[in-house]
Amino acid sequence: MSTEFDRKIHETLADAKLQLAIYTATGRLKAKRVEMVAAQVLPDYQELRAHAHAIKKHAIENLDHYLEEFERNVEAHGGKVAYCKDGTEVADFVLALARERGARLIVKSKSMTTEEVDLNERLEHHGLESVETDLGEYILQLAQERPYHIVAPALHMTRYDVADLFARRLHIPSEVVIEKQTAIARSVLRQKFLAADIGISGANFLVADSGAVVIVENEGNARLTTSAPRIHIAIAGIEKVIPRAQDLATFLKLLARSATGQALSVYTSFLSGPRRGGEIDGPEEFYVVLLDNGRTRLLPDRGKRESLYCIRCGACLNACPVYRKIGGHAFPWVYSGPIGAILTPQFMGVAHEPALPFASSLCGACGEVCPVKIDIPKILLELRSDVKKSEAREKQHRLETLAFRAFAWLMRHPRMYELAGRAAAAMAPSEDGGWVRNVPGLMNIPPVRAWLSQRDLPPAPAKSFREMWRRR
Amino acid sequence: MSRDHILHRVRTALGRSAGEEAGPPPPVRLRLPESSVESRARQMLACVEALAGEGLRAATEEDARACVAAAIEGKRAVASNAPYLERCGITSLPGVRSGITDPDELRDLCAAADFGITSADYALADTGTLVLLASPREARLVSLLPPAHIAVIPCGRILTGLDELFSILPDPAAATSSMVLITGPSRTADIEQILVRGVHGPGRVMVVVVG
Repeated sequence: MSTEFDRKIHETLADAKLQLAIYTATGRLKAKRVEMVAAQVLPDYQELRAHAHAIKKHAIENLDHYLEEFERNVEAHGGKVAYCKDGTEVADFVLALARERGARLIVKSKSMTTEEVDLNERLEHHGLESVETDLGEYILQLAQERPYHIVAPALHMTRYDVADLFARRLHIPSEVVIEKQTAIARSVLRQKFLAADIGISGANFLVADSGAVVIVENEGNARLTTSAPRIHIAIAGIEKVIPRAQDLATFLKLLARSATGQALSVYTSFLSGPRRGGEIDGPEEFYVVLLDNGRTRLLPDRGKRESLYCIRCGACLNACPVYRKIGGHAFPWVYSGPIGAILTPQFMGVAHEPALPFASSLCGACGEVCPVKIDIPKILLELRSDVKKSEAREKQHRLETLAFRAFAWLMRHPRMYELAGRAAAAMAPSEDGGWVRNVPGLMNIPPVRAWLSQRDLPPAPAKSFREMWRRR
Repeated sequence: MSRDHILHRVRTALGRSAGEEAGPPPPVRLRLPESSVESRARQMLACVEALAGEGLRAATEEDARACVAAAIEGKRAVASNAPYLERCGITSLPGVRSGITDPDELRDLCAAADFGITSADYALADTGTLVLLASPREARLVSLLPPAHIAVIPCGRILTGLDELFSILPDPAAATSSMVLITGPSRTADIEQILVRGVHGPGRVMVVVVG
C-alpha cells in the first residue's frame, strides 16, 4: 500500500465529522434506491437489469460498428465528431476551436470524463475561463478539490464549509442558509450562462441510430450549458454508445433510480446536432468528442471489459462498506468506491496503486446493486491476481509465499500442528482482548503490524478440539 | 486526429475487421400497458404533485385560460409559439409576450420573465414528465430561464410512460435537435443532501391538463 493511500484512509477514519457526513449521505441515497427498485414499485427491475447488461455487452462487443454509426448520424444532423486519445488531445481540440471562434468563456456541466483529463486546468492554463455549473462541482472548483462521489460530488462539505468558501472566493458576507447559498450560486452562474461562448457537457449515453447525446441531470445547468451558448461540445468516453434510442426506455428507468432514487431525473436532454432551420434557439455548432484515455486497454479481456458497461450511477459507492468508511478522496483517481477500484487499475495500470483491488471486503454488495450487472467482486479478484503477478509487489509477495509455505507444511504434519497449537495456547491470555499483538517482537515486523493493527485472534479455548475428541 | 488509431485499437482488441457488421442487438423491450385517458390524466397530475409541482385539471380551454390568468396575474410571462396556447387564448392574456422568433429577443425576455408558458408534445403519466421537442413552436429557453414554468396540455397527449414515448418516437432525432423530458421542478441536494428547488431551472412547475 502506498503511504499516500494509507495516510488518506487514516485521515478520513479519524475525522468524526466526515465519517458522519459520508455515512449519512450514502445511507440516504442507498435507502432511496432500495425504495425505488422494490418489487411493488418496479416489478420488472431484474429483467431491466438483465436487458441493460445484454445491450451494453452487445454494444461493447461491436464498439467500432456503433461508433461509426453514431458518427455518421451526428454528421447527418449537422454536428461533428472528434476522436481523442487522451486529455492533451481533448484540450487541443477545445483550444483550437475557442481560438478560431474568439471564445473566452466556457460553461461546463458535470462530467466525470472531463475530470479524468483535468480539462478545466488545461483550459485555464491557456487563458480560457472554464466554469463548472453543477452546484456541487462549482463548490469544488472554488475549493480546488476533486469530486468526492460520482453523483454527490461535494458530499464531504457542510453548509459552513460552503459559507467560508463563498465568503473567501466570492467576496460576500458569510451565508450559512443552504437555500440562500444555492440562490447565490444561481445568480453568479446565470450571468456566466448568458455570457458564455461555449458550453461543454458530458454525456450519459451516445445513441448510435440517432446520432444523439443524452444528458441526465436535476439542476438544469446541463440544459443551460447545451442551450444558451453558441457552441456545444459534448465530451464522452467511447464506451457510452448504445445502439438505439429505444434502448433508453430500459436505461433511463434504471439510471436515476440507482443514482438518487428518483423515477426519472428532473431533466433528460436528447440532443442531436445544432439548432435546425426554424428552431428558435439552441447552439449553432455541435461537437462530440469521443475519448479513449485508456478505455481500449480494457477491451481485450472478455471478463474485465464488463467494467466499461458502467453508467456512473454511484449505487456501488453507497452500498460499499469500505467506501462508507474511507470516503472518496482516499481513492487514488477520480473514480472512487468499488467501480473506482476496478476502473483505476485498468486505466492507469495496477502499479498505480497496487493496494486498491484489496480495499474491499468482497461482500458483494456492489455487484448486487449494479443496474447493469457488472460483476465487480469477480473483477476485483482478477485484478488482485494481476497485482500479484506484477512486479510491484514482488517483495511482499515473497514474504507471503514463505508464510503460506510454512502453514502448508504444518498442516501436513499433525504432530507438529498440535504442538504449535499448544504452544500458541500457552502463550495466550485466557481473558478477551488481543493477544498475538502482545507477543514480543511481532509488532516490529511492518507487514505483521499492518495486519494486527485492525485484527487479532480470539483468546484460546480452555481445551482444544483434539483434547475434547480424545476424551469424548 | 486519432480517429483511425482508436478505431484500429478497438477492432484489434475485439478481433473485428473494418466495416464488419454487428450481429443482431438484443430485442427492443417496450411494454405498452392499457390505460384510459382519464386514468392517465389522473396519474399524471398525482405524480406532478408528488414531485412538488402543481397539477391542475381544466375542463375546457377557457378554464385553462382562467387557470393561467390567475397564476400570472400582475406578472411578466413569455409564452411559446405552440398553437395550442393560442387556441386556449393564453397568448392574448395581459402580461404575456408571445410569437417571438428572434433568438436574442427571446433570450432577453425569458431571462427577465417571471413565468415561461409552454404546451408539451407529450406527457408521461407514470412519472409526471413533460416532453418538449424544440421546433418553431417550442423554444428551449421558455421552459428553462424563468423561475416558474407553466405547461398546458390537452389530456389526449398524455402517454403511459417512457415505453410508449419511444414506441411513438423510435428516433426523436428525426423530428428535432432537442427533446427534453422535464420531471418536476429543478432541484439539487448538493449541500448536505438538503433538497433545494429552483437551482438553475424553474423552481416552480405548474401543469394544466385540459379535458
